Amino acid sequence: MSAESTRERRLGHLALSESGFLFDPSSGFTYSLNPTGTHLLRQLIGGAAVTELGPRLAEAFEVTAEEAARDVAEFLQQLRELGLVPEELARG
Amino acid sequence: MADPQTLTVAVTGLNATDNPAPGVAVIRAIREAPGFAGRIVGLAYDALDPGNYLQGIADAVYLMPYPSQGAEAVLDRLLYIHARTPLDVIVPTLDAELPAYIRIADQLLAHGIHTFLPSEEGFARRSKARFHELQDKLGIPVPKSRTIADSADVFRLHEEFSYPLMVKGQFYDAYLAHSPMEAEALFQKVRAKWGLPVVVQEFVAGEEYDVVALGDGEGGLLGAVPMRKMQLTDKGKAWGGITIADPALERFLQEAMSRLKWRGPLELEVMRAKKDGRLLLLEINPRFPAWVYLAVGAGQNLPWAVVELALGRKVAPLPPYRVGTLFLRHSHDVICPLADYENLSIHGELHREVADAEVEGRGNDA
Repeated sequence: MSAESTRERRLGHLALSESGFLFDPSSGFTYSLNPTGTHLLRQLIGGAAVTELGPRLAEAFEVTAEEAARDVAEFLQQLRELGLVPEELARG
Repeated sequence: MADPQTLTVAVTGLNATDNPAPGVAVIRAIREAPGFAGRIVGLAYDALDPGNYLQGIADAVYLMPYPSQGAEAVLDRLLYIHARTPLDVIVPTLDAELPAYIRIADQLLAHGIHTFLPSEEGFARRSKARFHELQDKLGIPVPKSRTIADSADVFRLHEEFSYPLMVKGQFYDAYLAHSPMEAEALFQKVRAKWGLPVVVQEFVAGEEYDVVALGDGEGGLLGAVPMRKMQLTDKGKAWGGITIADPALERFLQEAMSRLKWRGPLELEVMRAKKDGRLLLLEINPRFPAWVYLAVGAGQNLPWAVVELALGRKVAPLPPYRVGTLFLRHSHDVICPLADYENLSIHGELHREVADAEVEGRGNDA
């Protein structure tokens, strides 16, 4: 299975509410995301490329590009550790 | 065929403590089925089973002999009950009583009492001692296991298994052993409680899922609701859970059920191995789990489907369940009039319509 279809399968499966409450139907686990995480995951579910995440985060939250890049990297790493996104995607 | 308006369904397993039997949940499910408007008879093993006294659960309760007294004793008691409260269907919910019910199913049917039970061979093959046959003969992935009957065998286990490994009773109990010394101590403990053989099983680390399902006996799956436990009692029993949906798990279930050809309700315990993500069948419980009401809440009334199947009605596969439905168990105190307890303790039966009327009468007199 290609990384792209794996990504679609995993991300398309996730249920993310406006409040940042995340439910992974395949595992039954739930998570509470902060506004930054909610924003980033929503971008990913919407099909954004990993390279687009930093600039979009910087714009939405008015932080520097360096801060945004660091937050994106940390968030993707957390998602990967939780098995919520494919490893390929998390590595960018 | 019995008229659904006048159906009388008997359900066993009314214990409702912190390790509850499934009976109360099964009764709730049947009562909520739009097609049901009859009576429920509770079959209990103890006058102190809380389900005996819950309002709106059983219309009548009868005490039963323990299955260890033999199938004939169970049949005699059921025919006595049938003479007083004619039964259309019995839904047994406890592992220990199923062999007796399977044995007397034809005799019950001759008296107009219907059941929908697994075959004797199907029931025996899912026992812990024969569980490895599911892999060997049916090709269903299960953890590697074997039975041992001698403590000397424990010290040769390292030739086949790596530690830690599971030491299990043939009927109940499972412990993790990290060394041959610990395994030997657990072997003795399990043997003393559950007899021989003792089952040794590969330990698989991972995420465990529980599935309540209903098989048609021909390999078809009429309904299935998988759940992840969210809260556990200190005995490891589910005290809360959530329905999940996983395509790989669904395929696994379809495949396993087509090979098992299971007839009736069952609970499957499935492990997703942490090391490689493969799915393994850990255990089959040959009846509804105590948490079966979650399936009803999520959209699949499996207990009512069993009643219909028992009556020989055609049941189509149940509609999809709602993913992300939670159940949270709670406990509450049931108030029991002394007369109800007396009726069960002395006469072995309680007829709620009468008991409730008497309670009402006393209330009016006061």
